[in-house]
Amino acid sequence: VEVPAVIWDIQRVGPSTGLPTRTSQGDVMFTALLSHGDTKHILLFPSKPEECFTMAGDAFDLAEQFQTPVFVMSDLDLGMNNWMADSFEYPTKPVNRGKVLSKEDLDRLGGFARYKDVDGDGIGYRTLPGTNHPAAAWFARGSGHNEKAQYSERPNDYVNNLDRLRKKILTARQFVPKPEIVANGTSKIGVIAYGTSHWAMTESRDQLQKEYDLALDYLRLRAFPFTQEVFDFIERHDRVYIVEQNRDGQMRDLMKLVVDPVQVPKLRSVRHYNGLPIDARSITDEIISQEGR
Amino acid sequence: MATSTTPTPKTNRLGLTVIEYKGGKTTLCAGCGHNAISERIIDAMYEMGIEPHRVAKMSGIGCSSKSPAYFMGKSHSFNTVHGRMPSVTTGAMLANRTLLALGISGDGDTASIGIGQFVHLMRRNLPMIYIIEDNGVYGLTKGQFSATADLGSVLKTGVINDLPPIDTCALAIQLGATFVGRSFSGDKKQLLAMLKAAIAHSGTVMLDIISPCVTFNDHEGSTKSYKFTKDHEEPLQDITFVPHFEDISVDYKEGETLDVTMHDGSKLRLHKLEEDYNPTDKLQALSRLAKAHHEGEILTGVFYVNTSAPTFMDLLNMVDEPLATLPESRVRPSKEVLKKCMDALR
Repeated sequence: VEVPAVIWDIQRVGPSTGLPTRTSQGDVMFTALLSHGDTKHILLFPSKPEECFTMAGDAFDLAEQFQTPVFVMSDLDLGMNNWMADSFEYPTKPVNRGKVLSKEDLDRLGGFARYKDVDGDGIGYRTLPGTNHPAAAWFARGSGHNEKAQYSERPNDYVNNLDRLRKKILTARQFVPKPEIVANGTSKIGVIAYGTSHWAMTESRDQLQKEYDLALDYLRLRAFPFTQEVFDFIERHDRVYIVEQNRDGQMRDLMKLVVDPVQVPKLRSVRHYNGLPIDARSITDEIISQEGR
Repeated sequence: MATSTTPTPKTNRLGLTVIEYKGGKTTLCAGCGHNAISERIIDAMYEMGIEPHRVAKMSGIGCSSKSPAYFMGKSHSFNTVHGRMPSVTTGAMLANRTLLALGISGDGDTASIGIGQFVHLMRRNLPMIYIIEDNGVYGLTKGQFSATADLGSVLKTGVINDLPPIDTCALAIQLGATFVGRSFSGDKKQLLAMLKAAIAHSGTVMLDIISPCVTFNDHEGSTKSYKFTKDHEEPLQDITFVPHFEDISVDYKEGETLDVTMHDGSKLRLHKLEEDYNPTDKLQALSRLAKAHHEGEILTGVFYVNTSAPTFMDLLNMVDEPLATLPESRVRPSKEVLKKCMDALR
């Protein structure tokens, strides 16, 4: 159907009802691939209240630009506990409504095909219900359709549409929030963390430096699909620890799916999944153990 | 040389011909009640002079929910998820309250998978027309009983329904819908008048339209067949609808007719076939429906109407213009507002 929506996921412990009042980052893999069929979604990972505010704006802009649901992956620690924060900064960026055709546009164009990839970025043009033009209407449906939004079960129409959707998620790589990177230029070990794991990760880097003289480069991931910076960061390091609050290392698994296969052995996992917010000492001990020190 | 003149096609008050209200060719079975309902929708929208671009056709999943493809091809349409048409429609109407939302559902889509959404929609009095094309069976999955099938109704295979039906009209009245009625796809005159009144109403209109399934539920032993419905239909009123832009007077004896003035000034004229029935009395409506069940009648007509209840838009204190197209200057609060919020948290 490809309509914009913003969904906020305050992740807590699963499976099922799990620990309803405890925190986790356990919905990452599930949400990235949510729905049946071949699907990928845009996810954002805020680390602090200020970022919840800015990412709310980012999420709406991306949802309208890509005409798709955007999931903001908060967690119980961030979404329901009290935090101290700086004052939110007033947004200066204008709202992005994406490719919406007006009556005047339709007068000029004569018509449009809702799911046609006119610009080569996988994103079609749409009209809003209520647009006063005889060519404005289109039929939104979850079942197979051609470029003109007409029902179709033709193999070519279906494959074209699925391939266009893949192109769209690839385009999104250039527009989602970029990671924050702290690197000293010499370290061969990197860590990747996201969401509320950021704070324990920051403290753990200090511990590792101070107690073990181990300097780690750090990438704070802010979005899925991964931007080029993430691939470059993995490539630049011999080992990369992905720190997260779930049992299976879901973000690491998502990375394994998309990085160059020769990079996969570099990816290591630090996981924390007992329901309590992740703490620095757990990260430090696990990295030291995996480093064989 | 002989000259020929093409007759000017008939147009409505907008100058549009009925062709402008047609949709794609139906893929439903020949004789399906749903096709007749689509035809009446086309007639009602045409005769009421509704601009096609202002209509949002909404539906769930099922034979019924396919039908928006077969009428009003110049209107936006959203074929949503099974049983989830109410929430998508609520969102669409909140985004643009100037739309006329026409929801098409079926007895399966409404009374089983969608019952949770249905009951909450009815509570909200969202301005929309909610039509149940009710045939008592799941047509797309080869004719199993739905939750509106009557006790004792028999499937072609001989299976007897042993669970009581949900009366979607009684439920809608009890929960807060403000225009509730039942009709029959085969009753052209009544259905057309009810659809026109539905278009004129502001608030939730819930119409349960008996719409026989010719393939799976139109045989001897079915209580939703054409024959059974014709034999057991018990109209409450003889219904006439007089749009605000037409001046038609129909003479009835005093006391026999109830005129309901709709929001746009149109008149819904109910010529009473049952002397004491008052469609503005909720309790009477519910008790009459219960009596109809008890006596095995298929009661049709306008059971309940309330033109003064606040709509969901009123309750939310919505602005008059569509939210979807409000300029940024009106949707983004000022810097001062943000500062005030921040200061309050210090």
